[in-house]
Amino acid sequence: MSTLKFRPLRVTAYTVCTAAGTGRAATLRALAERHSGLTRNDFGPSPLATWIGRVPGLEDEPLPARWAEWECRNNRLAWRGLVADDFVAAVAAARERHGAERIAVVIGTSTASIGASEDAYRRLEPDGRYPADLRRPIVHTPHSLGDFVQHALELRGMAVTVATACSSSAKVFGQAERLIRAGLADAAVVGGVDTLCGSTLFGFNSLELIASERCRPFDVARRGINIGEAAGFALLERAAEEGAWLLGYGESSDAHHMSTPHPEGTGARRALQDALATAQLMPASIEYINLHGTASSKNDEVEARLVAELFPAQTFASSTKGWTGHTLGAAGIVEAAITLIALEHGLLPGTLNTEQLDPVCGPQIRRENEQRRMQRALSFSFGFGGSNCVLAFGRGDPG
Amino acid sequence: MSALPNVAIEGIAFWHTRLPGWEIARAVICGEQGPPEAAAPRPTPNLLAPTERRRAPDTVALALEVAARACEAAERSPAQVQSVFASTYGDLGISDYMCATLAATPTLISPTKFHNSVHNAAAGYWSIGTASHTPYTAISAYRYSFASAVLEAATQVVCDGQPVVCVAFDVESKGPFGTVAPSRGLLGVALVLAPPRNDSQRTLALRVEQGSAAEITPARSRAAALVAENALAPCLPLFEALAHSTPASVVLALSDHCLLRASITAARPSASSLPR
Repeated sequence: MSTLKFRPLRVTAYTVCTAAGTGRAATLRALAERHSGLTRNDFGPSPLATWIGRVPGLEDEPLPARWAEWECRNNRLAWRGLVADDFVAAVAAARERHGAERIAVVIGTSTASIGASEDAYRRLEPDGRYPADLRRPIVHTPHSLGDFVQHALELRGMAVTVATACSSSAKVFGQAERLIRAGLADAAVVGGVDTLCGSTLFGFNSLELIASERCRPFDVARRGINIGEAAGFALLERAAEEGAWLLGYGESSDAHHMSTPHPEGTGARRALQDALATAQLMPASIEYINLHGTASSKNDEVEARLVAELFPAQTFASSTKGWTGHTLGAAGIVEAAITLIALEHGLLPGTLNTEQLDPVCGPQIRRENEQRRMQRALSFSFGFGGSNCVLAFGRGDPG
Repeated sequence: MSALPNVAIEGIAFWHTRLPGWEIARAVICGEQGPPEAAAPRPTPNLLAPTERRRAPDTVALALEVAARACEAAERSPAQVQSVFASTYGDLGISDYMCATLAATPTLISPTKFHNSVHNAAAGYWSIGTASHTPYTAISAYRYSFASAVLEAATQVVCDGQPVVCVAFDVESKGPFGTVAPSRGLLGVALVLAPPRNDSQRTLALRVEQGSAAEITPARSRAAALVAENALAPCLPLFEALAHSTPASVVLALSDHCLLRASITAARPSASSLPR
């Protein structure tokens, strides 16, 4: 069997919604003005002392009645994302071009709508059953998100939810690309959504990874992460005239530890090398990297060493978690979208909140924004369970 | 509609509380013997270090068992094999623990339970236990989880030219979760799929079609009643086809509107579908 050769795909539409803004224009403005979306944690009945990236107003935005079955905070945020930037209309037009059965849905999340299950457990009936308003099985499964997105976009092809923790909505680009390459779909809606919930706030707290202050990625005195919520989507197509390119991707496993990255970044390096190989790029041609940069002690150290070792000084690398918080399963798509915004507008965001860079950082890692037209960029996503994914995007001739 | 080139089926594994191992499951499916009377204890994840082995959740123990057995049957080193893990519900025992603890004493969440609560926990432990840096993924597609996993695994074989182990599992639900996410017993299955090497290998041809639920192949064997209450039960018709050496075609549901037609060629006497 000969393998099928990777060919770049067009990103014909995309959108992003985080605490820093709803839609591309608001996100660009927040990046340019260095306006962070992080606020003091006020989520849930007994909030921990930390900062969060909370998307305002979701409490007052129920899903349209026809989708009441999927009602929950996570799908509300998904819907907020889908209507931003007219993404629904872009998919409707693609449906006309390709047919509803030829557009796959491949969506990432770490916790889906577990917040709805947490809510049910707080309000159990005396006989142990869920409260009547939450007896909707679909929202208590990991596929709640993928199922909702497929229905909301009126698509009739396959629909899959990828749940590999913080690499989830980066890996969706890979799975969707393979489906298109193999001829099983003509286009794919990729993306991801994660929402604030007790599981992640108290879970990361139990691992002592939560910062009580605003997160400071790559700062010498960084104290941990801020959790954020976000939605983002992109439409991938092979035959299209316009749009940035998905030039390549690389995926790998650390094979080291469930919640700590490999100390030498072995898996991250392999994902990076595979992404560069599929994109037929050398490190020297990479102008911008959106780093994973969570502000956890270990991640940032390993990632900074990797960048310092492999990239030239002129590569501009930064973490945008200071704007959005760590949006976990949505981090892949959020940072892919920010990378696409950076390519489109030539705005390279620096690293917000960070005062003094860790000496382990090379000259690549920047604090200040820069305006610079560029053609080739990467986005890094590394997750629990040692799951790594690197995406390569570009403008102009795909090469 | 659209079809993938044939891929070789190099290894098969199956583990259910009442059908512990493919050899027993195959014999029960073929009517050669009845199921064991007693439920089997959960498999031991020998790939893990002793402390982790003891603490491993059921999902991890089950998934690692079938993944390892399928790689053995394929005579493949797990470190060289890419992997696709799928589950309808993930670890319902840990979900119950997390939700109950969050409702009562949220600051007492166990860090180990939390990092085991991710949907890719089994995949992560597999990569650690086998020292494999090859990519894994972990997916869910509700009742279409198994069909989606087989399609993704075969697509990886076709695109990357590498062997892939496809692993699917679901465990028993616990506590109030049982009222919305019902699942009984442990059921895990795995297939090693690879680029075909010679004409004597058994192959799988996958085709995606639009169609209705009426076309889905029902489970017919004595194993059906045993696994019916597990969330992964929709996988059984494919394993019923694999249990026999004759060519067969099985239709699984792939989404609300799509079907996955899986056509299996005949097994040769030396083929890996036979018990070793």
